[in-house]
Amino acid sequence: MRRQPDIPPRLATWLLHRFLRDDLAEDVGGDLEERFYTLRENTSRLRAQTDYWYQVLFYIRPFAIRKRSRQPQLYRAMYKNYFTTSLRAMKKNKLHAAINIAGLSVGMTVAIIIGLWIKDELSYEKHFDNYSSIGRVLQNVTNNGHVDTWWSVPWPLADELRKKYGDNFTHVVLATDAENAVVTYEDKHLSQSGIFAEPDFGALFTLPMVQGGHDALQDASSVLISQSLARTYFADGDPIGKIITINTTMTVHVAGVYKDIPEQSEFNNVHFIAPWQLLYNESGWIKNMHDPWRPNAFSLYVGLAANRSFDAVSLMIKDAKLKNLSTELAKKKPALFIHPMSRWHLYSRFKDGFQVGGLITYVWLFAIIGVFVVLMACMNFMNLSTARSEKRAKEVGIRKAIGSYRSQLIQQFFSESLVTVLLSFTLALLLVQLSLPAFNLVAGKQAALPWSDITLWLYAIGLCVVIGLLAGSYPALYLSSITARHALKGGFRASKGSSWSRKVMVVVQFTVSVTMIIGTAVVFRQIQHAKNRPIGYETDGLVAVQTNSSELHKHIDAVRNELQQARFIVDVAEAGSPTTESWSSTSAIKWDGKDPDLSVDFSNVGVSANYGKTIGWEIAQGRDFNRDILSDSNAFIVNETAANYMGFTTPVGEVVYWYDQPIKIVGVIKDIVSNSPFEPVKPTFYFIDPNAGGFALFRISPDQPAQQALGAIERVYKKYNPEKPFTFRFVDEAYAQKFGNEERMGKLAGIFTSLAIFISCLGIFGLSSFIAEQRTKEIGIRKVHGATVFQVWRMVSTDFVVLVVVACCIAMPVAYWLASQWVTRYTYHTNVSWFIPVFAALTILLITLVTVSWHTVQAAKTNPVKSLRTE
Amino acid sequence: MIETRLGDFEEVILLIAGILDDEAYALKITEEFKRQTGREVSIGAVHSTLDRLEQKGFVKSALGEATAIRGGKRKRIFTITALGKRVLKDAMDFKMSLWKQYPLLAGKLNFSF
Repeated sequence: MRRQPDIPPRLATWLLHRFLRDDLAEDVGGDLEERFYTLRENTSRLRAQTDYWYQVLFYIRPFAIRKRSRQPQLYRAMYKNYFTTSLRAMKKNKLHAAINIAGLSVGMTVAIIIGLWIKDELSYEKHFDNYSSIGRVLQNVTNNGHVDTWWSVPWPLADELRKKYGDNFTHVVLATDAENAVVTYEDKHLSQSGIFAEPDFGALFTLPMVQGGHDALQDASSVLISQSLARTYFADGDPIGKIITINTTMTVHVAGVYKDIPEQSEFNNVHFIAPWQLLYNESGWIKNMHDPWRPNAFSLYVGLAANRSFDAVSLMIKDAKLKNLSTELAKKKPALFIHPMSRWHLYSRFKDGFQVGGLITYVWLFAIIGVFVVLMACMNFMNLSTARSEKRAKEVGIRKAIGSYRSQLIQQFFSESLVTVLLSFTLALLLVQLSLPAFNLVAGKQAALPWSDITLWLYAIGLCVVIGLLAGSYPALYLSSITARHALKGGFRASKGSSWSRKVMVVVQFTVSVTMIIGTAVVFRQIQHAKNRPIGYETDGLVAVQTNSSELHKHIDAVRNELQQARFIVDVAEAGSPTTESWSSTSAIKWDGKDPDLSVDFSNVGVSANYGKTIGWEIAQGRDFNRDILSDSNAFIVNETAANYMGFTTPVGEVVYWYDQPIKIVGVIKDIVSNSPFEPVKPTFYFIDPNAGGFALFRISPDQPAQQALGAIERVYKKYNPEKPFTFRFVDEAYAQKFGNEERMGKLAGIFTSLAIFISCLGIFGLSSFIAEQRTKEIGIRKVHGATVFQVWRMVSTDFVVLVVVACCIAMPVAYWLASQWVTRYTYHTNVSWFIPVFAALTILLITLVTVSWHTVQAAKTNPVKSLRTE
Repeated sequence: MIETRLGDFEEVILLIAGILDDEAYALKITEEFKRQTGREVSIGAVHSTLDRLEQKGFVKSALGEATAIRGGKRKRIFTITALGKRVLKDAMDFKMSLWKQYPLLAGKLNFSF
């Protein structure tokens, strides 16, 4: 390798002479050089070079900097003049300026808001120090040839990974998902969400501790709590060492307090972290598992050791679970892999065992919308500029005639567009500030303008300049080139090309608008479609109350009698999970004639005998449970999907085996939608569980105001559970929330679509005003010759309608195809009918006609005497 | 009006320039300052002070000899003017008079400069 010459850094020397006063150049240059070579004799090259840089940078002082020459002051006056002329031009053409500024500021507002949203989405999990080397172990399981990705794993897997694959990981941490638990301190009982995790949890995620250390969880009787939980329970007192109780049975002492985990994290609602060992010791079901490798109920987080890649380690641990399974479970061929933390939030969808995106789709979608909306606003600006160019041409001619250089004209036009852009930007900031609260409400975010983030501002200003240059490029570069002679003669006409480009831009704008209308319409259709889906029971007036203890269950008959007599409720039933979710599923189901290779996964719900009557399910065949028939304690009611799945012609009376115990099917119900309303219903069976608890479902009397009934329910609940928090949900609200994500996206898309349409309309509004003005004389002459107002209106409007029709022709097939692709994401989806694109096209045509008519009708109505007399 | 008051740093730089005599250029003064006080300053900081002193008329500067290690570039030598010397003397006298008015300390300290 060729050695670099041992001289002071060239860049630094160059910089020095850029700013240094000329009369100092020689002696300062000499001093620094002498210093460099003297240093170089005793120290390393790097030291000497660093010192040189240091000395150069510290010469940037007022005394040493070259004084500006006289010229810039002249420039300053010129710029001032540009600025004034810009303002004057705006004042002269108020409509034109208003359209430009309104369009650009709305476009920028949309872009800024989308930018903030994207920034927020991208920031998920990034605040954990080691996020790039943390992952979660997932598994791909094969059910009858179909691959599903499960986020939970069986608990013994943690030890297995530690023992056999330990050198790949810094930590392997088993944890539960965040769940609500009753946390008690003295007489304060509140429902708090938290997890049970192995001791390394804090170390793996480098939890920022306010008090205590990560490793406190080594002690199975300790707990870490979040700062906000500490504040709720202990106010300003010292939380360390305080004894609290989780779910009444687990007593722990507070060993550490961590800073609340930020909103942008999977763990943001984790307010306590209790030791996994405690859960293991206290809850019999983990310890006494039939086969601990069977239930997939836990989350497993790993930290990769240095120099390990997710892919390589995923490949290594692929069969770690399979090797430990019984032959029956091994049928599912679980293949483990690690999902990196940086992708948890945005890349969470898996299909057939492969990553297929997730929220990132929306990030891209909105990013594209943002770019298009800004582009559309820029197009308006350019369109109106070119349209007005004939008028401006005269100005150019005069300026040139009195001695203006072309470069000065270029600068003038650019400063005009920059002034417009900066004005719009300021207005946009104001609009963003005003609309953020509403946006946050719709988007479920807490975005705010980062006023203090300087780099972001630099980007924003930089973008403004780019937009300004882009939007101002036509008048600046083209108009400034016209010769004075040409322009002043009056015969100047914008070139054919410019009117073409104008048309193309209008077509692009409307293509985007129509596409967005179709897209939004399809989103709402899809939501409506899923909402109209029969859900199999009556949600109105149904309240699910979390029982939190067995007290309510023991006295359920007393509760029912009391509330029924006061006519507050019709009935109350009990179940293991709320109707809007199903929490339990099993693969240990067999029946006669079952294909031995078939691996199954049935949802199961333990209920009280009157469950069906209370929630109002529909019996399709057979009968409902009856508490007077003793054998019903060993009976199933299955849903239609399950009956079909098992292939029974007459399901009622058939026997199925659950953990090899024969159980008779007594009834079949119509499917109940209990998970996602966009997905097919799972095969489900219901059985009478004498200990059915967890949830009490109250059917409120229809003639009672819900609030009063709820108050009565709470009073009764408190009678049996004086120290438990009363948590309830209206089932219809819980069900409606399943559409939250889709509705949010639909609303956002709707808002952005209307703004895009608004911008496009501003554009043609401006253009039509210009055309109407330009054709004043023509219209006058036509009217003199007997044209009616309608004929004139039709003639002028046709030009625009043609463009919009072309846009529709492009947009309809494209949008139709995109929308059809999108709906297939959902198993239960609507079909994109031809009606939607046609509807969108008609809407946009109507809007166009109304917008254009504002000016054309005025022009058509003008008395020809007036219009022909102008000038 | 020309600023005539002498700052603390200015006073030290002026003195060092005097000590170095015909070797008094920005780099050397900086190095001498480091040697005498143990404090590191940039050449630019010293030069800007010298510039100020020159404007106040306490020093004057002229380009001097060039050496090879400087890439053949000449040095700017600063020499103290008569006004500069008087201002230095005034500064010292002023401090002396202050010390004398402070007998308790003056007795114990045994002026060592």
